[in-house]
Amino acid sequence: MIMKHTEKELTLLRDEVSQMWGLVLSQLEKARQAYMNNDAELAREVASREKRVDTYELKIDSDCENYIALFGPVAVDLRLVLSLIKISGTLERIADFADGIARQVISGSCMAIPDSLKEDLRIDKMFATVISMLSDCFVALESENTKLSGHILAKDDIVDEILHDDKRVLAEYIQQDPQQALPALETMLVLRKIERIGDHCGNIVEEIVFYIDAKILKHNRNNEKE
Amino acid sequence: MIEAKNIDFYYGDFHALKNINMVMEDHTVTAFIGPSGCGKSTFLRLFNRMNDLIPGARLEGECLIDGKNIYDKSVVVDELRKNVGMVFQKPNPFPKSIFENVAYGLRVNGVKDKAFIAQKVEESLKGAALWEEVKDKLKKSAYELSGGQQQRLCIARALAVSPSILLMDEPASALDPISTSKIEELIHSLKNDYTIVIVTHNMQQAARVSDKTGFFMLGELVEYNDTKKMFLNPDKVQTQNYITGRFG
Repeated sequence: MIMKHTEKELTLLRDEVSQMWGLVLSQLEKARQAYMNNDAELAREVASREKRVDTYELKIDSDCENYIALFGPVAVDLRLVLSLIKISGTLERIADFADGIARQVISGSCMAIPDSLKEDLRIDKMFATVISMLSDCFVALESENTKLSGHILAKDDIVDEILHDDKRVLAEYIQQDPQQALPALETMLVLRKIERIGDHCGNIVEEIVFYIDAKILKHNRNNEKE
Repeated sequence: MIEAKNIDFYYGDFHALKNINMVMEDHTVTAFIGPSGCGKSTFLRLFNRMNDLIPGARLEGECLIDGKNIYDKSVVVDELRKNVGMVFQKPNPFPKSIFENVAYGLRVNGVKDKAFIAQKVEESLKGAALWEEVKDKLKKSAYELSGGQQQRLCIARALAVSPSILLMDEPASALDPISTSKIEELIHSLKNDYTIVIVTHNMQQAARVSDKTGFFMLGELVEYNDTKKMFLNPDKVQTQNYITGRFG
């Protein structure tokens, strides 16, 4: 079947968001590796690519505005365009957090903590969880399948629980060795950034559910969780 | 309140409307949308019996206005049309002055009081948002007005006989965007005093002016819903395919 002009434009918009998504996922994965391996060179690569994410966001915003102005979308098309605007903004925020973590690696501010503490804090598990959330969100949008939404939101709870436990772990660590308070607090900032990435993935789920099912999950996610 | 109950309508053997049921509340704007030939104008014209004279046309079911079946034998069609005004796609002023166009309905209804007629003409032209533009040239021919002004004159003519319902069959489709905007503003303001039903091919116009929208296809009322719901999240796939341009 021949695709109509308006559908082609929408496909192009979705493609742009997909490309941005790929870039943000890559930024997040590299920020994780840079942090876990104390790799300042990789962290600098993340920081240097941050501008590309910003450029994507501006381009997608502009293209969505043009689509609304020129084609006057309604119903599912309107919901898609509104969702894409919000999703691209959220992806940019996630990339900001990846960039922030990378800059902490570059500054070395949180690198003085021992690997055993990193294990106790389950930082890699947090990274892996939010990366899989972001990846699942992409699959949900591409396949237009909101059945994944409950699964993704449940993962956000895992991240929140780890952060909750980590506060106690870090408090004990500081009590045992007050000299390490500063790197411990810097580590808390990293943990907090990862937790916020999880929250933002939850926001993306809300947008996908709005687009596909026309349901508003904002402030009412519990019904959607598995 | 306008109510359609189990409406079936035929042009000879052609089944133009199929079991339509719909309620339109007072002081609301209802828009009918759908592809050409879907039956929306046929349905609109039922409410002031404009289809009566079409040879071979046949109606089944009931059209009720304020609970009374307008196809009842006791109904006088001229009286019905005083209560249910109609505005057509193309402005159709009479070859008379602006004043006489608006006064026409009153005169044919036997009103002779000049002061009353003058007052009613002014009120109607104000109601149709045309007074300020024509108050100094009421004796000029209606044909001297622009298309948009002529259409508002036709609305004023309909308002002059104090209807409670206004039917509009694509009232802005022949007008430029500025005139269209004026007609839409007018529809919005008239809602306080009249019940308005409008047929339009312009989906965005339906979205802008109406409280409820009915989507017709092949003589069936596919969906009748709040306009906001219809244009954000319609219940029926056919509606979504039509309003997003994926129809056919």
